[in-house]
Amino acid sequence: MDKISARHHDEPTFAVDGAEVRARLLAALGPEVVRTAPEELIPYECDGLSVFRAQPLAVVLPRNEDEVVTALRLLHALRVPVVPRGAGTGLSGGAMPRPDGVVLSLARLNRIVAIDPLARQARVQPGVRNLAISEAAAPYGLYYAPDPSSQIACTIGGNVAENSGGVHCLKYGLTVHNVLAVRGYTAAGEPVAFGSEAPDAPGLDTLALVVGSEGMLAVITEVTVRLLPKPAVAKCLLAAFSSVRAAGEAVAAVIAAGIIPAGLEMMDQGAVEAVEAFIHAGYPTDAAALLLCEADGTEEEVAEEIERMRSVLLAHGASEVRVSRDEAERLRFWAGRKAAFPAAGRLSPDYYCMDGTIPRRAIGEMLEAIAEMQQRYGLRCLNVFHAGDGNLHPLILFDANRPGEWERAEAFGAEILERSVALGGTITGEHGVGIEKINQMCVQFTAEEREAFFQVKAAFDPDGLLNPGKAIPTLHRCAEYGRMRVHRGALPFADLPRF
Amino acid sequence: MAETIAAWQEVIAAARQARQQVVIRGGGSKAGLPWQSCCEGAVVLVTDQWRGIERFEPSELVVTARSGTPLAEITAALAEAGQWLPFDPPQFAPGGTIGGAVASGLSGPTRLGHGTVRDAILGVRLLDGRGRVLRFGGEVMKNVAGYDVARLMVGAWGTLGVLLTVSLKVAPRPVAEVTCAFSFDAEGAQRQLNRWAGEPLPLSAAFWHDQTLWVALRGSAAGVQAAKARLGGEVVGAAEAARLWAMVRDQQGGPWILAEGEVLWRLALPPAAPMVPLGHRFWFEGTGGIRWVVANPEWDGFAAATALGGWAWRWRGGAVGPPWQSARSAAVAAIESRLRDVFDPDRLFVGGPFAKG
Repeated sequence: MDKISARHHDEPTFAVDGAEVRARLLAALGPEVVRTAPEELIPYECDGLSVFRAQPLAVVLPRNEDEVVTALRLLHALRVPVVPRGAGTGLSGGAMPRPDGVVLSLARLNRIVAIDPLARQARVQPGVRNLAISEAAAPYGLYYAPDPSSQIACTIGGNVAENSGGVHCLKYGLTVHNVLAVRGYTAAGEPVAFGSEAPDAPGLDTLALVVGSEGMLAVITEVTVRLLPKPAVAKCLLAAFSSVRAAGEAVAAVIAAGIIPAGLEMMDQGAVEAVEAFIHAGYPTDAAALLLCEADGTEEEVAEEIERMRSVLLAHGASEVRVSRDEAERLRFWAGRKAAFPAAGRLSPDYYCMDGTIPRRAIGEMLEAIAEMQQRYGLRCLNVFHAGDGNLHPLILFDANRPGEWERAEAFGAEILERSVALGGTITGEHGVGIEKINQMCVQFTAEEREAFFQVKAAFDPDGLLNPGKAIPTLHRCAEYGRMRVHRGALPFADLPRF
Repeated sequence: MAETIAAWQEVIAAARQARQQVVIRGGGSKAGLPWQSCCEGAVVLVTDQWRGIERFEPSELVVTARSGTPLAEITAALAEAGQWLPFDPPQFAPGGTIGGAVASGLSGPTRLGHGTVRDAILGVRLLDGRGRVLRFGGEVMKNVAGYDVARLMVGAWGTLGVLLTVSLKVAPRPVAEVTCAFSFDAEGAQRQLNRWAGEPLPLSAAFWHDQTLWVALRGSAAGVQAAKARLGGEVVGAAEAARLWAMVRDQQGGPWILAEGEVLWRLALPPAAPMVPLGHRFWFEGTGGIRWVVANPEWDGFAAATALGGWAWRWRGGAVGPPWQSARSAAVAAIESRLRDVFDPDRLFVGGPFAKG
């Protein structure tokens, strides 16, 4: 718990009378919508990043838009912070509650409002699960392209908040490329709409700011997404390499050859071994790195692209290349990659997933740096990458019950992120900053840039009530973090003073 | 490099002091657009000497260039690596720059199959109206650190600051392409296009005018060949097709020639919005979502677009001043105004096609 108070210490404080907030919410919306009992609040203490927890004053679960507006207006009048939440699968603590705030869960707004197969658009409420959109569109031969690995559970509202990606981003884009319009409310409960169902929208591109804003600019109650025609065929190719550097170079060579694979994933030997022990995908465990390359399109296109990829990979040192013979085998190739996180969970009581993105050319250098850090921090790290777009997901294995291990894991992760910035990349490719990477924002952005972010937030939310204290660090926090980074070189990590 | 930025910071500081407006000018290729004509006593900040590609590595699919770099220089460098700017930006006159392409947010007809400049932006460096040099986004494909201010700059028409450098995602140029022509009325063309767009076909661009529909297919040799057989139509020669798409993209000749007193509107509508008669004459791009309408000065394009579920942009002719674009709700207009306060509190930068605010 001390971790949480530490993470909040430099934020604006809100003078909130918890008993009054609960009473007023209950009076306005009733116990079916407002949860206040401690045992009912426990499931909302954290999102997918469970090391950061806090108990909110209350959880509001609106069943319709009117109840959203009622809650927002009431909380705005009382100046109470609001933390919007979807399915709670986020990996950066973006939906972590605050002790002086209320969680607004949009999970019950889960209706698919309309699907227009001719216009290739779906209008859905924010609590609709990502995969449910594709399932509803399937009868028309259409689907929703962004496919974060949590897609069976995560909601489109959460995807909008985080600008979620997935394994097909290089070819089909992120959430921001596939959301046409959103409708919702300001913190004051005023209706707003951003974007358009037309090919573009007038005025400043406010939609671009709202997508990926981590629930800090507006509360979204309806999302219009673009649907794409389902490719006729997809085939996957699996290639083994004797070094991670060679695999990294092969990735660059595929792109340089003018090929945009539908998916291009990489796993290092540690990740492959973990996965094989878990689900027996048939991966060669003697390789230092594996690539999965997918081609999709018409029968003719896929045949041509698979052949071109195979020859590029062989020319760049692949020791073995397999092409999926049928759909079952293609799914088996992917099953291993998709099981990487739970496989890490079997090897170790806890794991910590990082999310830096780097230029593709730096993949080999980064992997070598991570290998060195494993020694230094005394912790193992498995590496799975969205190699096509340079997005890394190193999985640091640790045991939270052993004193100092979480602190070492956190410092290890921070160093990976800071190295990502130094290599010309970013601290987060698709998981968001949330509360987790707020310190590293000090490294990626200057004080003036962070000031501009605060100003952008204030343009949407002048009272600063929507998810305050996330994503953008204050000057004070960055000064503290700067001091701590200086110490880190000189002191044993286990004894790090936490602020 | 530092000198140029310092000099521009001084220009901005002086303009703030003197309460002068600042016109940002690249190659001047969009100077003819009515909202770009301004204004007596304004300081002109010309970016055309601030040029050069800073980084381009074909295997990264990213180009980073100074804002004054001519589009021609960038497209030539990309072509040498077998790549292109997939949004194929309009060039209304020679000399267009990459900064202008980003600031205007305009994309050519290939937006149908390959996305827009908004889709391609990865990062910007910006000199804002407070004199701050700010960097947002970066040079990697996926980046969710901080609000997506880089994308906000696309289509902001320089109202939020001077773009210094831009980083864009580029793409391999499709190896095969063919343009086919079909005989259709507007409604039939729209219906057919939206159906095709729901199938996995390499549709790249579409244009309907005067009972003829042109469709460009771009992709792998095998994919284009198969799609051509699927679609049918009459194959247009490569040279003629290149002229046609340049005409559509750059708004030169053909239907773009207006008679005295005519007003040209751009209506952006849901792609399947009813294909009703609009103005004296109209034509469309994409699957029917971008309709160009020529009308007399009394015709209200804003009302017509609203009735069809979209929005309108008065592109040429008609009243001298704003409004050029459909209005937003009061709440959204207030947010836009406060965003301008963030980056340009003194409203130094000439206002693009936006209402005062």
